[in-house]
Amino acid sequence: MDLSRVKSSVEEAARKRWLLPALLLSVFALSLVIHQFELLDPYVQLIAMYIGINIILTLSLNLINGYMGEFSVGHAGFMAIGAYIASFLTVKVIPAPLIVWLFPLAIAAGGLGAAVIGLVVAFPSFKTRGDYLAIVTLAFAMIVKSGIENIDTLGGPRGFLGMERLATLPWVCFWVILSLWIIRNLIYSRFGRGVLAIREDEIAGELMGIDTRQVKILAFTVSSFFAGIAGGLYAHLLQFINPRAFDIIKSTDILIMVYLGGIGSIAGSLLGATVYTLLLEMLRPLGIWRMVLIPLLLVMLMLFRPKGMLGLREAPWLIPIRDRLASRMWRAKKGAT
Amino acid sequence: MAVLQAHQVTHHFNGVTAVDDFNLTLEPQELVGIIGPNGAGKTTIFNLITGVYRATGGTITFADAGIVGKTPSQITALGIARTFQNIRLFKELSVLDNVRVAHYARARYGPLAALLHREGFRREEETIIGHSLDLLAFLKLDSYADELAKNLPYGLQRRLEIARALATQPKLLLLDEPAAGMNPQEVAQLMEFIQWIRNEFHLTILLIEHQMHLVMNICERLLVLDFGATIAEGKPREIQNNPRVREVYLGGEAQT
Repeated sequence: MDLSRVKSSVEEAARKRWLLPALLLSVFALSLVIHQFELLDPYVQLIAMYIGINIILTLSLNLINGYMGEFSVGHAGFMAIGAYIASFLTVKVIPAPLIVWLFPLAIAAGGLGAAVIGLVVAFPSFKTRGDYLAIVTLAFAMIVKSGIENIDTLGGPRGFLGMERLATLPWVCFWVILSLWIIRNLIYSRFGRGVLAIREDEIAGELMGIDTRQVKILAFTVSSFFAGIAGGLYAHLLQFINPRAFDIIKSTDILIMVYLGGIGSIAGSLLGATVYTLLLEMLRPLGIWRMVLIPLLLVMLMLFRPKGMLGLREAPWLIPIRDRLASRMWRAKKGAT
Repeated sequence: MAVLQAHQVTHHFNGVTAVDDFNLTLEPQELVGIIGPNGAGKTTIFNLITGVYRATGGTITFADAGIVGKTPSQITALGIARTFQNIRLFKELSVLDNVRVAHYARARYGPLAALLHREGFRREEETIIGHSLDLLAFLKLDSYADELAKNLPYGLQRRLEIARALATQPKLLLLDEPAAGMNPQEVAQLMEFIQWIRNEFHLTILLIEHQMHLVMNICERLLVLDFGATIAEGKPREIQNNPRVREVYLGGEAQT
């Protein structure tokens, strides 16, 4: 490509720099308007919120399974921690008149609680990986579930209720945008490249100076934080949670969305969560056959597109311009001097 | 002052001695070769120096600091970089990102700045991208910057591995069989290339190689290993005429 074309493509991209923030902002504004003026049918709003929560979960798990190449099957455990902490806060701690204002803090507290536990799970990942780490995360999720079942204050196996329906479309939208932004920022930083290096070749990464422990701690903490956030939102949408809602089936659901949309891709996570949530809704009339059709779909997916619809590919508009056009910008600059 | 000093380094794998009483001193900008038959413990020595294995006994000193017990990433940050016998690039990443990854230890921003993409983060990232592309251009790899590493031809993958190692800004470079799988013409080019990067980057180089032609021509000093023990050390010419080395390499033909 000649220099003038390189330069014009760089300039054009620089002009479009504001496209993504503007898009996200308008989505958020739209969600506010829809919520305020009841523009959409409540059922449609409900589905939109499920999609949002699933997007957060999928992004969160994709960081570990898709980008880092580990295999966590315990994400429902982090979700449960976030759900229970946030619910406990809004029901038992925060006085009723303040609930609407302090709701985001309760959700954030749930995320932080999950992040602390995520930190604990990061430690076994120093020693083991692959199938063995999968067993560790599975065991962790079982501990969380049976732990909650044995805490009477949290309702034990009967579950916990009394939450108001505080999760609204704008709030879900807000957390989706935040998770998208933070996880994208992480991926396009030295830590994100560390995460990718761990997937590609952990030893080589370590030998290129990557502090793999630091990277794993950060990845697990961020991932479990957002799984906890999703849990808190889920609890305040359903207004009832019980330990069984966070069992291995829930973890499997998240796995399916990651591998359906595409591993190691943000666009894939958005797509996977949306398609899967809509599919489950649309196939509802099939009743019990739904659970035959969907696993069948998975088998087909693994046979024909094992990395998912957008596996290891990213939508250009999600990649920071600095990264997407790195070599072109460098060439344009060299040509100028 | 020596760059690297290995003193009585010993390593056992479950009772099997892989390296026995290994001693080595590398002076600044020296080019030293390690040769020996398969299984002699050559790569094990690289793994001991870079911290992949922890030496069972002995000391390794780099830039006046003991490095036995440090993690590989800490040792890399101190200034030792390496390549691998069987190429270990980050295959699904671009050529540029392979080199950017190696800037990890040099980048001056923390996790919070990274998550929020703060101003300091941006400046540092732009510097890293600039360095990486300059380095690729220097090694004539810049036209492949956006290709996936796995799509490069074999010879360029070898060169990219060296570029990635150089990106960590090492003082000591360890090359594990850099000429493996190359034809005589490529080996000749590689010899020039190795000497060129040594001069350009002021490197001390330690290399493992099977191709005698390469080792004899560019190394100033050679170590010969057999069953984990150093059986000879000296200038290439001395090594060529050493009866024990001939015995190991030629299977006792020296006696006849």
